[in-house]
Amino acid sequence: MSTRIQTGGRHLDRSKQVHFNWAGKQLTGYGGDTLASALLANGELLVGRSFKYHRARGLIASGAEEPNALVGLGTGAKFEPNQRATTTELFDGLVAKPQNAWPSLAFDVGAINKMMSRFFPAGFYYKTFIHPRFAWKHLFEPIIRKAAGLGAAPTEKDVDRYEYFYAHVDVLIIGGGIAGLASALAAGQAGASVLLVEQTAHFGGRAVVDGVDIDDEPAEIWVEETLAALREMPNVTIRNRTMGAGVYDHGYATVYERINDHLPEMITDHAPNMDAPRHRLWRVRAGRIVTATGAIERPLSFAGNDIPGVMLAGAVRDYLVNYGASVGDRVVIATNNDDAYRSAIALVEAGLDVPVILDARTTADGELPTLAREIGIRVETGKAISSVKGNKHVTGVGICSQAGEGAELEEIKCDAVAMSGGWSPVVHLWSHCGGKLNWDADQSMFRPDPNRPPLGYDGAGFVHVAGTANGYLDAAGVMEDAIKIGKLAAKETGHKPKATKVPSTFSAPENPIEPIWQMPQGMSRKLQMKTFLDYQNDVKVSDVRLAAQEGYQSVEHTKRYTTLGMATDQGKLSNINGLAILADSLNAEIPAVGTTTFRPPYQPISMGAIAGDARGELFKPIRQSPMHHWIDTNGGFWEPVADWRRPYCFQQNGESVGDAVTREILNTRQNVGLLDASTLGKIIVKGPDAGKFLDMMYTNMMSTLKVGRCRYGLMCTENGFLSDDGVVARIDDETFLCHTTSGGSDRIHAWMEEWLQTEWWDWNVYTANVTEQYAQIAVVGPNARKVLEKIGGMDVSADALPFMAFKDGELGGIKARPYRISFSGELSYEIAVPASQGQAFWDMCMEAGAEFGIQPYGTECLHVMRAEKGFIMIGDETDGTVIPQDLGLSWAVSKKKDDFLGKRAQQRSHMVDPKRWRLVGLKSVEPNEVIPDGAYAIDGTVRDNGVKHMIGRITSSYFSPTLNHAIAMGLVENGPERMGDIIDFPTTDGRVIKAEICDPVFLDPEGTRQNV
Amino acid sequence: MKRYSAFAIAREAARYHTGWERAWRSPEPKSHYDVIIIGAGGHGLATAYYLGKNYGITNVAVIEKGWLGGGNTGRNTTIIRSNYLQDPSAAIYEKARSLYETMSQDLNYNVMFSPRGVIMLAQTEHEIRGYQRTAHANALQGVKTEWIGPERVKQLVPIIELSGPRYPVLGGLWQSRGGTARHDAVAWGYARACSDMGMDIIQQCEVTGIDKSGGNVTGIQTTKGAIKCNKLGMVVAGNSGHLADMAGFRLPLESVALQALVSEPIKPCMDVVVMANTVHGYMSQSDKGEMVIGGGTDGFNNYTQRGSFHHLEETVRALIETFPMISRLKMLRHWGGIVDVTGDRSPIIGTTPVGNCYINCGWGTGGFKAIPGSGWAMAEVIATGEPQGLAAEFGLNRFQEGRFIDESVAAGVAH
Repeated sequence: MSTRIQTGGRHLDRSKQVHFNWAGKQLTGYGGDTLASALLANGELLVGRSFKYHRARGLIASGAEEPNALVGLGTGAKFEPNQRATTTELFDGLVAKPQNAWPSLAFDVGAINKMMSRFFPAGFYYKTFIHPRFAWKHLFEPIIRKAAGLGAAPTEKDVDRYEYFYAHVDVLIIGGGIAGLASALAAGQAGASVLLVEQTAHFGGRAVVDGVDIDDEPAEIWVEETLAALREMPNVTIRNRTMGAGVYDHGYATVYERINDHLPEMITDHAPNMDAPRHRLWRVRAGRIVTATGAIERPLSFAGNDIPGVMLAGAVRDYLVNYGASVGDRVVIATNNDDAYRSAIALVEAGLDVPVILDARTTADGELPTLAREIGIRVETGKAISSVKGNKHVTGVGICSQAGEGAELEEIKCDAVAMSGGWSPVVHLWSHCGGKLNWDADQSMFRPDPNRPPLGYDGAGFVHVAGTANGYLDAAGVMEDAIKIGKLAAKETGHKPKATKVPSTFSAPENPIEPIWQMPQGMSRKLQMKTFLDYQNDVKVSDVRLAAQEGYQSVEHTKRYTTLGMATDQGKLSNINGLAILADSLNAEIPAVGTTTFRPPYQPISMGAIAGDARGELFKPIRQSPMHHWIDTNGGFWEPVADWRRPYCFQQNGESVGDAVTREILNTRQNVGLLDASTLGKIIVKGPDAGKFLDMMYTNMMSTLKVGRCRYGLMCTENGFLSDDGVVARIDDETFLCHTTSGGSDRIHAWMEEWLQTEWWDWNVYTANVTEQYAQIAVVGPNARKVLEKIGGMDVSADALPFMAFKDGELGGIKARPYRISFSGELSYEIAVPASQGQAFWDMCMEAGAEFGIQPYGTECLHVMRAEKGFIMIGDETDGTVIPQDLGLSWAVSKKKDDFLGKRAQQRSHMVDPKRWRLVGLKSVEPNEVIPDGAYAIDGTVRDNGVKHMIGRITSSYFSPTLNHAIAMGLVENGPERMGDIIDFPTTDGRVIKAEICDPVFLDPEGTRQNV
Repeated sequence: MKRYSAFAIAREAARYHTGWERAWRSPEPKSHYDVIIIGAGGHGLATAYYLGKNYGITNVAVIEKGWLGGGNTGRNTTIIRSNYLQDPSAAIYEKARSLYETMSQDLNYNVMFSPRGVIMLAQTEHEIRGYQRTAHANALQGVKTEWIGPERVKQLVPIIELSGPRYPVLGGLWQSRGGTARHDAVAWGYARACSDMGMDIIQQCEVTGIDKSGGNVTGIQTTKGAIKCNKLGMVVAGNSGHLADMAGFRLPLESVALQALVSEPIKPCMDVVVMANTVHGYMSQSDKGEMVIGGGTDGFNNYTQRGSFHHLEETVRALIETFPMISRLKMLRHWGGIVDVTGDRSPIIGTTPVGNCYINCGWGTGGFKAIPGSGWAMAEVIATGEPQGLAAEFGLNRFQEGRFIDESVAAGVAH
């Protein structure tokens, strides 16, 4: 069984015991363990259940590529599903649970699927569950959903914090093995700014495990010295536990730092200085990106290669050397290359038994095999595993000839198997943004094609690959390549590389690999059905062959049909093996089949990190008017309006929202009301060509507007549809102030800029969005003038400040610009004051207005009052399909101008069709019956396609307390010609509301209330 | 064609599944076809399928430059709904939705249509009014939708946060018959059925030119040689502009990247599809357990099938606000597709300025849900040569006439 051995363990601190909980059991590991190594040391070989067949699975790898050992980590608000045990550093108090098994890992009911696996080949669900029709949703799908899904869903709100970092560097180096370190040193010495990131806690990569010597000393010493040298350099930043996640266009990269995942939760509680975010997502803009990401070992495809106890040979070595943990006492080695012999030798040196090395090659006479034989290990060449014996753990292997069909020659008892099918460079990051690959037949691997890199804005490649990731499997090659690439990246970012000596390296030479894609060569379909390619998704050799047989021959079809490579490891172990089987099935070369697309991220990254700080209050921060706080503490009932909050109404003394709105309307119409209109967009348009520009932007003629006057204007899209409206004021000859809707300020400003920058770049016009520079307060109602006169400071009489005029001056000692405009039909002033004076002026109005009955009012009161007057509201009367002419606004569409945005569009045949729906007022026949918003009118006829013929629709609908009658605005076919007609509005609850077509101006059509 | 069934699987299991035949043939092109469809995505294959099924036209080739179903058909978030606003849209999307209901049986291929229900959340007063309008329109159009309050939303989606600090959930438009389907299976099922009718699906064959004579299409040039045809249908989504250019006309389209992402799989926690237009994101849970997430389109035109990272950030932020539990899930993979967007967010189906050349494009961010309806309509246009039936109002001429079918409200968020 797997166990802790007495020696070894580079990362271990054996003096420090670490207690953790696995599947309800209290276990103990050492400081420096990963959860995986601690489980192995505790004899916990069974760590998970597979996705489809619920097969028992053990650890197979030691790093990020692990497909089996996914666990639920933590509890409550810190619970996280699908955490890899191999990348989880052990800490005191860690709690981990197995997944996808019920009631327990050892006795999983779902394992019934394993018995049925013969009936569940790739794509079986496309071929069955077809009848009866409703069974899929109600019977089959629920069962499948429940069985799938791996980890449990978190149930609580995340209590952790996340943040973004931004970095601009000359060279980003991803990977902290000897290649990354050497590249960083070369680039750093040249003076380039360098960010070096390593996804694990430790630097040095494989070299320190594999017994490489650098400059005649163990690699570890060179790694420490190089790290020390890099840390001395002010231009170099180094981060461990930090992974290169994605490479994007123009040298943009995401880098994922796990800051305190490895710390016991207690530390953050007890040490306030550890109050760091959990994860940090770096967004790096780099001149050059160097990926020194090493390689991942491939499994071998033999029957039973998924039984717990079967592990990658390199991982066996990692656990032994780094963590003093062994996968078993008697370990059979299966390989097609020399590297796996290192594991055999390490096992024997650790005092463990290696009964046999099965080398599928016909000869194995290199230095490492010779050494293995010398220390007494039996080496069998041309041999393979016919099948692994055992169920929940390995009990032995059958040996067969690699060349044959799997006839068992001998059975050997063992409790573990170490396998190696060769190494695949990690080319993901190279490929994310379009880097292409070549097939290296000698080494049986895809490696980056330096002639087809991802291209930057200047047409030059911006990613380089160094070391093993670039296809160099020997230490000397790695070192030479890495230094060359480091210098190149520095040179390409404008630095002068220094001449440096390449350190001498020594590692045992290796003889060539022989590609072995299934073991034995002629394995039957029956054996193929027990031979796993993708462990997590249970994709077998037989599945890929079935896909090819059924015509799913594109590698993408095979992937999607079989789910090969679609598990959480994204095919890190399975892709190359799978496409080699596909190529074999199709009688094609591997490069002709190609790879599937590599997509970011390299390893899954937390959603929390992607969102960063932008959550809760910081998710789309609310824009606040200067009076926000006052409104909040004076009964304001908020509603979200664009980026703002606006008060729907102000509730007094426990009254309902509806009652509040009614009170506000009546009070404003009878006395005086106060509205915070600061959210209205305000855009300054200035320059000699400002008038000419606004003539294009608005349907109205703006260039003729007199200084000191206001004009209501309409804006349309190029397609003629109404997009915004507002009052334009001419401040001086060259300066206009354009008001927009609250939601439109940014959009309209961008719209203006788009035209100025792309079409009329030679016009002398500048724009500035000054929305937040002003507080704007509307004083509305018959007593409005009295309030302002009481505040005093400026003549606001009808003569001095007539309707549709404005004036600059002072009110109550505050710089103010009152506009005589009205959106309610009442006597009304909208007064702009500097934002900093907004609250003071508001207070002044409230105080001065007290004797005149002043009360604040909200957006709903505003809406009802404007509807009573038949004023349109962008977004209510318009929806992107309405032109000004539909709304009776032809008076605001200039006939004199040669052109404006939308003019040509409005001349198209459908736009001038007399049957267009046009604006009318609607009065419910039953006075209290408010027509629902959005109701459609019908005429009782049915169209060819069976749809009831609609002749109009409600755009705004309210109960008017002023008129004591339900009123609505709507667009109706031939509406303006049908005054007095009664039409039907069916509701969704089956009623029909009758309404009379009338003029949309319900109140004071002569304007006697506002023009006083 | 051997039919698929549980019985067939049992039979094949006995011989280790060595007896399954090809789902579709992979022939070399013939020299002439009655109809050539360019583009073996869902829409192209559905067009071919209904040409055969509804009109008996089977001398058809479907030409594909990559692998069938490899464009937006294989990249979308598989949402199916028909709660559109305008009459012509509601008609074609509802036709599509109803065809999805029986697609598995029609094709003898389980496309896993799952009418799990779709909610479009209202998070502002403005949205409430908009969705209530849609509900009224749908009621008259015969599309079953319903306005529901926040309590019902919570009941349907227990993991939702109703009272987020920014945008509270005020209710939603609920279409219980909407849902999802397995996107690849739709393409594969149609391909198998088309192949079975004798049609040729020719993959890895790129169109390099369009042959015309006297203003009419006579054939195409491809990387596998020249192929003649009587009629040509172009159904290539994001690449429509290129193809139209080859044929000599222009289209009112913009091609932009639309992105999606999935989380690692988790046990079932959300049965329905939720779309949140105000915060700009939508999410469903696949049968595998992944949370399937999509957001908006990039703000710039582009043909690379990947998008900008900042759009993902916005989408993920929005969804964490709406579903706080996803913060501790991990993003497994994100990808992009190129969608072709029209000014009114409605498709173009109909004739072109070139004789015998028909086009189906402009499905923008929401084409998957329309596949069977789109194919049905396009087949009618090609077979009759006239823009009629479901396609009648979707012709190119609507842009000249200003007769927009504006769905920017219904398509407020990419989906």
